[in-house]
Amino acid sequence: MRVFNEIAVVTTICIKSIPQRFWASFSTVVAVGLVVTVLLAFLAMAAGFQQTLRGTGTKDMAILMRAGSQAELNSGVTRDQARLIEEAPGVMKDADGKPLVSPELYVIVDGVKKTAVPADGNLKKAPRSNLTLRGLGPAGIAVRPGLKIVEGRAFKPGTNELMVGRALQKDFAGLNVGDTVKLGNSNWLVVGAFELGGSVFESELWADTPEVQDLFHRQNVFQSIRARLTGPDALKALSDYAANDPQLKLDVTTEADYYAQQASRTSDLIQKLGWPLAIAMAFGALAGALNTMYSSVAARAQEIATLRCIGFSGTSSFIGTLLESLVLALVGGIVGTLVTWVLFDGLTGSTLSGASFSQIVFTFHLTPAVAVQGIILALVVGLVGGVFPAWRAARIPIVEAYGTP
Amino acid sequence: MTGQTLIHLQDVSKRFVKGKDTITIFDHLGLSIPAGDFVAVMGPSGSGKTTLLNLLGGIDQPTEGSITFDGGRVDTLTEGQLARWRAHNVGFIFQFYNLMPTLSAARNVELPLLLTSFSRAERKRRVEAALSLVGLAERADHYPREMSGGQQQRVAIARALISDPKLLLCDEPTGDLDRTTADEILAMLRLLNQEMGKTIVMVTHDPEAAKYARRTLHLDKGRFTERELVA
Ligand SMILES: Nc1ncnc2c1ncn2[C@@H]1O[C@H](COP(=O)(O)OP(=O)(O)O)[C@@H](O)[C@H]1O
Ligand SMILES: [Mg+2]
Repeated sequence: MRVFNEIAVVTTICIKSIPQRFWASFSTVVAVGLVVTVLLAFLAMAAGFQQTLRGTGTKDMAILMRAGSQAELNSGVTRDQARLIEEAPGVMKDADGKPLVSPELYVIVDGVKKTAVPADGNLKKAPRSNLTLRGLGPAGIAVRPGLKIVEGRAFKPGTNELMVGRALQKDFAGLNVGDTVKLGNSNWLVVGAFELGGSVFESELWADTPEVQDLFHRQNVFQSIRARLTGPDALKALSDYAANDPQLKLDVTTEADYYAQQASRTSDLIQKLGWPLAIAMAFGALAGALNTMYSSVAARAQEIATLRCIGFSGTSSFIGTLLESLVLALVGGIVGTLVTWVLFDGLTGSTLSGASFSQIVFTFHLTPAVAVQGIILALVVGLVGGVFPAWRAARIPIVEAYGTP
Repeated sequence: MTGQTLIHLQDVSKRFVKGKDTITIFDHLGLSIPAGDFVAVMGPSGSGKTTLLNLLGGIDQPTEGSITFDGGRVDTLTEGQLARWRAHNVGFIFQFYNLMPTLSAARNVELPLLLTSFSRAERKRRVEAALSLVGLAERADHYPREMSGGQQQRVAIARALISDPKLLLCDEPTGDLDRTTADEILAMLRLLNQEMGKTIVMVTHDPEAAKYARRTLHLDKGRFTERELVA
């Protein structure tokens, strides 16, 4: 209790003296806040990205790709293989007895972000970003029961018509229903917009497979096969079937697992960019914190010496100084978190997905787990920036109580 | 009024090592201060007055020799033991008051009590009593910057008294005050000596201030030349 009283009053003295060094303390708070903002922006991006990809795909949809291809873009599947899958066990059939299997094409086209549209509105001169164009088989829409056409209609098979994901439509120019889009040498008409549970599909353009095959001269080749599964055991049945057929050298997983894996790869990458940058900046903030705290200790040298004279321990000066530093850092951390929240949370961004090399639209998401990491970084800066000055505070000679203030 | 020996310095030497040089401040110094004494210490700058106070107050240790307080050795205590010893036995009064600018008068006076096991209520009662004693009961919630130098020094006196130490050490307590205020402070110290039996050692440059003491020690080149005051 006595020790607690002692530390409490020294801490009060330290913290109440912060306004006496207002600008130094303020700049420390700002520096720490900036570090935390940068870190959290990256982590919120990773979290939002992960959330978008995680929300993509369901457990009752199988995705089949060439063995070892890891991502749709690298995969190649033949028409014969697609036909074999239509007869595979575990695959659901529609009311007419037709298997719910969609061989799909996955190609990269380009588009212009709304933010990149030049002042004169001429899209031809604008810098272009990669987009995913997916060719759907005849059952492509039937295999996705969550699909909602929110504007216009689905494309008609055998025509150069496009459906646009809602997220993509918001972020990219010239993708409104009725717009004409030039892909390769042919013109395509946007006839509808769709939503699919906030998933990564909402960042795609969809069209009829044969048309896309024509456009890219890829007759008889697909990137993946989607197949609706009949139930929880169906995946196993389907994989066993594929494993026993030498013609079917395919990897079989659920769509949910596939996107979860894609998500962790890309969000790992974002975090690997964010942390080193934030840590490099943290060293700058640390220098500021050290400077502030050393000047704080110098300014309070006589007060500390007087307390020692009265009988206070060096430990209480140490802890008081350390807590002052931690409080400054914590305030910086909270400010940084709030700034990130105001500026970034809910903000829509799009980034190149590592696996698909095309743009995925996602929303920054400042989760509590992300915020905690920012606060921890701030406290580490406060701890390191406080411990050396605190050590000096504890070693101030008591005789410094005398002399001019 | 004075009685048994409260502080006894025997063969005390104090040397500071500065780089290659060793400065000798005291060489086999002896001094006895009886309980209830009020000693003024005068002498030129650099003669070792503050160093003497530091030794008496357990802020610094002698290079050689022994210091006894109330029959117990002080010079052998460890740093932590010394801190506790100071908290119980010594009140310090400084030239520049040394109040915590961010604490109210009452909180400043309370500081030494935070090192005791008194309850919050008991601390409050004692702080009020000490502030009344120095005539500042109404100023309890004021901050140092809102008070005159004389008032601040009275708060400092209340702080020095609060844990009821036997010994008060004052380093130029009126060095920063005008004559009238200085006389008020000195009269208060004399009262504490006469009525409460506090033993006081006061360093001063001011012969007028020294007149309030029972005796004056002149310190020069590490030696005392004592002169009893003519009443
Ligand atoms: N910590 C120290 N280290 C080195 N020299 C010191 C130290 N403290 C005091 N001195 C020296 O001891 C001498 C006496 O100092 P001090 O006791 O402060 O004198 P006074 O208070 O009488 O002016 C001075 O020459 C001073 O420079
Ligand atoms: Mg001095």
